[in-house]
Parts: sequence; structure tokens; C-alpha cells
Amino acid sequence: MTRLIATLTATTVFASILVFAAQADEVHVLNWKGYGADEPWAVEAFEKATGNKVVNDFFNSEQEMLTKLRTNPGLYDVVMINAAFNDQAMSEKLIQPIDLSKIPNAADISPDKASSPMLNHDGKAYGVPWVWGLTALAINDKSFDTPPASISVMWDEARKGRVVIRDDAVEAIQFGAIATGQNINDIKDMDAVKAKLTSLMPQIRTFWSSENDWNQMVASNQIDVGTYWSGSADRAKTQFKLPVSLVIPQEGSVAWLDAFSIPVGSKNVAGAEAFINYMIDPKFYVEWVTKVGAPVSANEKAVAALPEESFNRKVMGDPEVAKRIQFQAPITDEQREKYLALWQELKVNVK
Amino acid sequence: MAGNIAAGPLSGIRPALPLLAPAYLWLTLAIFLPLSAMAFFSFMTDLPLSGKDWSFTIRNYAAFFSSGLYVTLLWSSLRLGLEVTLWCALIGFPAAYVLAKVLKGRSREAIFLLVILPFWSNGLVRIFSWAMVLREGGILDVVLNAILPFKISVDLMYSYPAVIIGLVHSYVPYMVLTCYLTLQAIDDSLIEAARSLGASRLQVLRRLIIPLAMPGLIAGAVLIFVPVVGSFMEPRILGGRTGTFYGTVIEDQFVAVFNWPLGAALSFILLAVVLVILAAASPVLRRAT
Repeated sequence: MTRLIATLTATTVFASILVFAAQADEVHVLNWKGYGADEPWAVEAFEKATGNKVVNDFFNSEQEMLTKLRTNPGLYDVVMINAAFNDQAMSEKLIQPIDLSKIPNAADISPDKASSPMLNHDGKAYGVPWVWGLTALAINDKSFDTPPASISVMWDEARKGRVVIRDDAVEAIQFGAIATGQNINDIKDMDAVKAKLTSLMPQIRTFWSSENDWNQMVASNQIDVGTYWSGSADRAKTQFKLPVSLVIPQEGSVAWLDAFSIPVGSKNVAGAEAFINYMIDPKFYVEWVTKVGAPVSANEKAVAALPEESFNRKVMGDPEVAKRIQFQAPITDEQREKYLALWQELKVNVK
Repeated sequence: MAGNIAAGPLSGIRPALPLLAPAYLWLTLAIFLPLSAMAFFSFMTDLPLSGKDWSFTIRNYAAFFSSGLYVTLLWSSLRLGLEVTLWCALIGFPAAYVLAKVLKGRSREAIFLLVILPFWSNGLVRIFSWAMVLREGGILDVVLNAILPFKISVDLMYSYPAVIIGLVHSYVPYMVLTCYLTLQAIDDSLIEAARSLGASRLQVLRRLIIPLAMPGLIAGAVLIFVPVVGSFMEPRILGGRTGTFYGTVIEDQFVAVFNWPLGAALSFILLAVVLVILAAASPVLRRAT
């Protein structure tokens, strides 16, 4: 028994020495899986250029991301946070102010995004805008001769059983707010949203939760239309060669902004700054869009480096589109719980 | 004999200890500790690791009763469990009978292997294979239309039957295995005696085989019913918009909204309900076994 304990202790000590030794030049990145930062070619190029080693870790929801930051102080150097959650992360002292002078590419970020009140607190930047995109509609090209213009296509009797929506309470309620002509960040008439979503339920084929779900259903021609993220629709078309097109309905759509932050206690702030700088670099962005498909970069020079006809430059850069979209603002925990209760009720009553 | 039994537990436990200890240590570590942590969480307002203030509350348990939502869900999950168990018995018992009483030698080994084959593949892989079979334009649809002279459209994907099919497929081996063990123990001469005394085949089945095989049927039913009531993977992937069950809502609390306390409370309510059902059924079960 003593020998066993001795062996175990030795192993633990040895392992922690290994971990400690390896930490010197590592950049620990926390992000969604398959979302740019873990592309093998990008990681390789960054490691070659800076000598830092990238260690990726992933989350499946914003709540999980916050929990990982809370429970592993000092582990992560870079974290990707939806701007709507930046405020919460800052007030819980999970992320630290960023010195933008150390990130040369930050100067090219479009001023409205760089100065977003969601990312800046007391004159300090807590997030570097990376990409933005929409939660809009995407269609199966095989099912439409001309793309629909209105969100009402989701309620079209002819599409019954061939419509999908994401299994996410906040997204679903905000989608309902747009369909009823309301402000997504200040929903006055919740009953109207509920009634609208109730009438949508019989149309639904299934609730999707990952990009893979959506793409498989289009590949096997099981759906016509559904809510989808703009970057994912682009990836479905570019990387997977699927007949998918993004539609920004005339009623508008939900927009989100993703930004990089540096957690409190990061052991490699210089490496983190270098990584963020690389992520917002035009060269990385163009390669990401061409090889994989991506949302729209917050860096104006990066978008300008895209071919003129590309979707992210032509459609997403269109001032007419800019007028229709509504950026997500932070949501309180009470609101989130209320949304979830409503969404679960809708899902249960459908049976 | 009596003295033997009385002395048994005391004198027998010491030499047995080295054999028992690893299993019990492991059970304590792997089941008791996490479970008691979850029981602890279920009475909290927030997880302590979230860095927020927390206190003890019974709010999470009250949430179950505050709306009809969770009760409805639990009811539909219990119904799902009953239906799946019934189908497993209907499919598994005859198969076990053939295995135990009809087949001999190599053919039995081969069929037996086929029965436990599903255990060797990953559960998620099995469900996704069903998704390929059941959908419109999927394998079942194409094959049926190739054989049948008329055109039919088979689209079972994202429906309640799809959930039943997926779950029955996953759990039927348990029923076959437990029934096989009890059926094999039935002495053939009993059946021959009944037949020679004039019992019909149906009578032999009803009055001899089923009662003797009852312990296996019940063990199988319990093994299937309990996990099916809490299942979430099959309903979520195969059920589509009809796939919201008690298990999927618990999963949402853990994965989507990170409300571990509520998820834990819902899990313990499920555990309590299942235990109550088993306890209520135990007189019947005891008589049968």
C-alpha cells in the first residue's frame, strides 16, 4: 500500500512538472469547436510565425464557457465570447482589460464594432471584435425556384413538416420577436411571440442543435427552410458543397458579434495578444472564408480583401441589410430562465 | 445447519473481505460519491463553483410541481418506458425460447452471438444508422418500394414510432439474455411430462413455461424500464419535434442552461418515482419469482 501511494504521488508530481514545464509558450484557447481558431492550417501558420504552441479547448454553450473560466482560473489565455456575454464575464472578474496597442490589426476594426458599449467598460476594452454574423433563414436550393423574401415562409402550409428551428430558447424567442415585428432586446408583447411560435410548431420537422444536423438534413433533402447562422450557411456551401443559401428576410434578423478576450490570470498575455492579432488578420480571414467558410470579419481591411462578389462582402456589407438587422444585447439570468420555461412549454405542448 | 448459518456471516466475512473490498470501494467511489454530490447540488440555489453566492433551498423540487410541464413530461416518459418494455418482451421472449429450447450446438452459438452483437457497437452509431434507415428516401423506403408493386412512402424519422424502434433495438438484448437464462434452467422433462399428460402447447406455455421463466422476464423488464424512462439520446435524435421527454429536459438543464441544481432535483424526483413504482410492484414481483 505504501508503495502504491508512493508511486501515485510520484506520478502526480511528475505529471504536474510536465504540465508546468509545457506551459511556458503555450496559448490556451477556449472557443466553439470548428470555429476558425482550431483550423489545423491556421494553428500551424501561427505556431510557425510566433513559436507559441496553441492548445484548443471547446465549449458547447455560453454557460459552459463561463463555468470553464470560473473553475479553471489561470488556465486559458484567450477566450472567444459573444459580445452579449462580455459584460457578465467582466463583472464576474473573469476577463481583463486588453492593451490594444499590442494588437496592430485592431486599428483596422470598424469603429462602430470596436467602440461597442458591450465590449468597452470604463474606457477600457475587454474584448477585441472578431467576426459578426446573423441568425437568419437558410433554404434548400432544390426546394425553391426563387428565394423567399419574407419570414412568413416558415409558416407556409406548403412547407409543413419541412421546416427546422434551433433548439435554443433565446434564439427561438428572439426569432418570434422578429416575426411579430418587435425589438429583440425589448420584447413588449410576449403573448404575441408565444402565439406566433405556437402556430409554428406544427410546421417543424425537428429541432436542430449542431451544424452537422442541419447539413445532413439538407443533404438527404428532408427540409426546405430553417433558421441558420450566416457563417454556417457559408460553410455548408463552400466546404460541404451543399445546396444551401442564406436568406435575410425583409422583417429582419438577429445579429451577433463575437469577440476575443483575455482571461484574468493568463500566464501568456503576450502570446494571447499575438494570437488575437493573427485571428483578426486579413490573411487568415481570406483563407478561412475560401477554404472553410466564415462569418463576416469585424476587420474592415479583411472584408475588403475578399473578392467583390463574395457573399460576406456584397450582401452582408449592403447598407440595406444593415438597416434590417438587430444586434443581440446582454440578457439577464431571469430573462433566460423565463425564455427557457416558455420554450419548453411550447415543445411539450406540440406532442 | 442453523448453527452454520448463524456463524456464517461472522466467520465468513473476514476471508471474503479481500474479494469484496475492490468492488465496494469502486462502487463507493464511482456511484455513491457523485450521487451524494448531486443530491447536495439539488438543494442549492446555485453551484458554488460558479463563484456566485449560494444557499440551501427546496425551490428546485418545488419547480417540479409549480407547473404541469414536468408532470406531463414524466408521465409521457413512463408511458414510453412501459411501451418499450412491452415490445422488448414480445420480441425478446420468443427469441430466448428458441435459443434455449430449440437450437443446439453451433447454430445456438451463432444466434447468441447475433443477439449480443449490438452491445459491441457504440450506442450513438446505432441511432444514427436508424436515422439512415427510417427517413424518407432512406434504406427502408427504397427497399420497400423496390419490392412492393405499389408506391408507398415510408417516413418514420422524427416521430414517436422512430423513438420506440430505436429504444427497442437498444434494449431487446437484455430481455433475450435474462429470459434465456431462466428458460434454459427449465428441465425438459417437465415439458415432456406436461405434454404426455395431455396439455396442449398453449397450455404448456401458459401454465408451465411462462411462470417458470417469470424471474427472467421481470429482471429484463426492470433492466429495460428504468433506463428507458430517463433516456434522452434516442428521443432527441430520432424523435424530432415529438422527442421532448423527461430525460431530454434534464439534459437541457445540465448542458444548455447550466442549471445543475434544477437538473439534479429533476433527476432525484425521477429516481424517487421509479423506486415507488418498483416498490408498489414488488408484491406482484415477489409472488411471480
